Amino acid sequence: MVEKEDQFSFTSINLKKAKGFMKMYPKGKESGAVMQLLYLVQEQVGWIPELAMRYVADLLNVPHMRVYEVANFYTMYNMNPVGKYLIQVCRTTPCWLCNSEEILDAFKKRLGIDIGETTKDNLFTLTEVECLGTCVNAPVVQINNDFYENLTPEKVEDIITKLSNE
Amino acid sequence: MNSSALVRSNLVPKGHGAFGLSNLAFKSILQTRQNATAATPPPTPELKASYGNLSDSDRIFTNLYGRHDWQLKGALKRGDWYKTKEILIKGTDYIINEVKTSGLRGRGGAGFPTGMKWSFMNKPSDGRPKYLVVNADEGEPGTCKDREIMRHDPHKLIEGCLIAGRAMGACAAYIYIRGEFYNEASNLQQAICEAYQAGLIGKNACDSGYDFDVFVHRGAGAYICGEETALIESLEGKQGKPRLKPPFPADVGVFGCPTTVSNVETVAVAPTICRRGGSWFLGLGRPRNSGTKLFNISGHVNTPCTVEEEMSIPLKELIERHAGGVIGGWDNLLAVIPGGSSTPLIPKHVCDTAIMDFDGLVAAQTSLGTAALIVMNKQTDIVKAIARLIMFYKHESCGQCTPCREGINWMNKIMYRFVDGQAQSSEIDMLWEISKQIEGHTICALGDGAAWPVQGLIRHFRPELESRMKKFREESEKQAVSN
Repeated sequence: MVEKEDQFSFTSINLKKAKGFMKMYPKGKESGAVMQLLYLVQEQVGWIPELAMRYVADLLNVPHMRVYEVANFYTMYNMNPVGKYLIQVCRTTPCWLCNSEEILDAFKKRLGIDIGETTKDNLFTLTEVECLGTCVNAPVVQINNDFYENLTPEKVEDIITKLSNE
Repeated sequence: MNSSALVRSNLVPKGHGAFGLSNLAFKSILQTRQNATAATPPPTPELKASYGNLSDSDRIFTNLYGRHDWQLKGALKRGDWYKTKEILIKGTDYIINEVKTSGLRGRGGAGFPTGMKWSFMNKPSDGRPKYLVVNADEGEPGTCKDREIMRHDPHKLIEGCLIAGRAMGACAAYIYIRGEFYNEASNLQQAICEAYQAGLIGKNACDSGYDFDVFVHRGAGAYICGEETALIESLEGKQGKPRLKPPFPADVGVFGCPTTVSNVETVAVAPTICRRGGSWFLGLGRPRNSGTKLFNISGHVNTPCTVEEEMSIPLKELIERHAGGVIGGWDNLLAVIPGGSSTPLIPKHVCDTAIMDFDGLVAAQTSLGTAALIVMNKQTDIVKAIARLIMFYKHESCGQCTPCREGINWMNKIMYRFVDGQAQSSEIDMLWEISKQIEGHTICALGDGAAWPVQGLIRHFRPELESRMKKFREESEKQAVSN
């Protein structure tokens, strides 16, 4: 993994994307792009190592601390490595009313892990999150970038089987 | 928060002059402005016998369910981008006048009159660029209306940005979309690229001589960024911690420039209002609560849905007509949270007569918020439902203000003891006191949003709380005896 290397840098495609993001903001205010750049890091290595934060800070010409505090404030940046599929189960009231607890239990049982853990094959990480903003299609689970809506324990089974075989 | 139920209505600057002169660069527009009539008093609409059952011809969001093409070709077919150039050339005063006439109130939660808010931007320019920021950080539990607009009707929003931007003389719009909406952001970005290619935005947008850019900025999972100043901080690449006001964003906003933050739905209805005229919009709903609105109905209903309806529709009719009724029938209803998680719940006997608009819900001691109904039937553990919400607020507090950071944590602990009934009945008053000490003592309205659900619970379900405590006491006494 990247943290063992002593350097981090964007791939040439990501560097080009990063420059594009920086152009979105007015001259001298390029640091607005920090959130987009951290997403690029996460896309590239799956999480956000400290080296990458320093690299992003240098790219944007801001103190390292600025990037650390942003990366720590927002919940969608993974500060530790996660499995290939990050399963985020919504637990807020609208989903809870529609049996989100059952869905969470189905995931726990199927994968044999608890909240915050990763399966041994490094494929799945299970987490609980607050409202995902899809309340009329509750219960909802976000796996990486995609939403899985109107879930039942049977559908959970299908999803895991499908993802395991990919 | 979104979005923005956090926005407190008193946080918007008041007392700025009506129309300033900005962007004098375009001669033709200047002429139009001189010819424009001064603000005419809005016609008073007649009171209708009933509201609701919106006809298809009055719908603004005609692709809410994604049954048609969401891209430019489909959008053009549905009438988006029709004569946008003419609207732009008619100029600032025309657009703001139409929006004022329409009586449109902000759709993000606070319900501030949109026309007035936009007109704050038209002070004489001091050379700084102006920005429109669209609040698409929809995170209020229960709310999912903006998501449908962005993934199924993105061109409505982009055209809205252009028109709203023109109304306030902005040079660019930033759409701040919540990070979880990856696919929605991707649709929106594709639609923006299409609009650039077709010359609808960018340099000389719609051939009107006006330059306007639209950018998408993805958030990263912080509810607090739906508060307008936190959103501005986040857009600048900082932690999303709300700023003290004043200075208001209309004076010092994003990148230190005048900024207006508006909800997605507010911006997206502007083009249709300008095309069909403000008086059409005014004719829907009761006075002061005009227009159509996207309602989200979630929880214990047979067919949860997002639906566009006329304002002032009775709550019961809304649930029965569109959401297939409460699970177990109307008599099985326990309570409804009528406007997203921040608003106090109302029990069934209030729901029977509640009217879904700003004034109607204030009369029921709650608020319209984002118009996201969370329906709970009699099988619900109501105390736990509210405790879950408080856990949400505890998780999402940014930690700047002590009453919110510490107080919500206390409320969370007490609420979870209440779920089991492990408390004294005097603690109910203590909880009320804590919620009152949080409310109004923080920089932003997240504290208020956390306090109100608790207050609603105590107001309407005090006997339930007390009976749980009694039951718990009796059971523990029984156990003590048997031991």
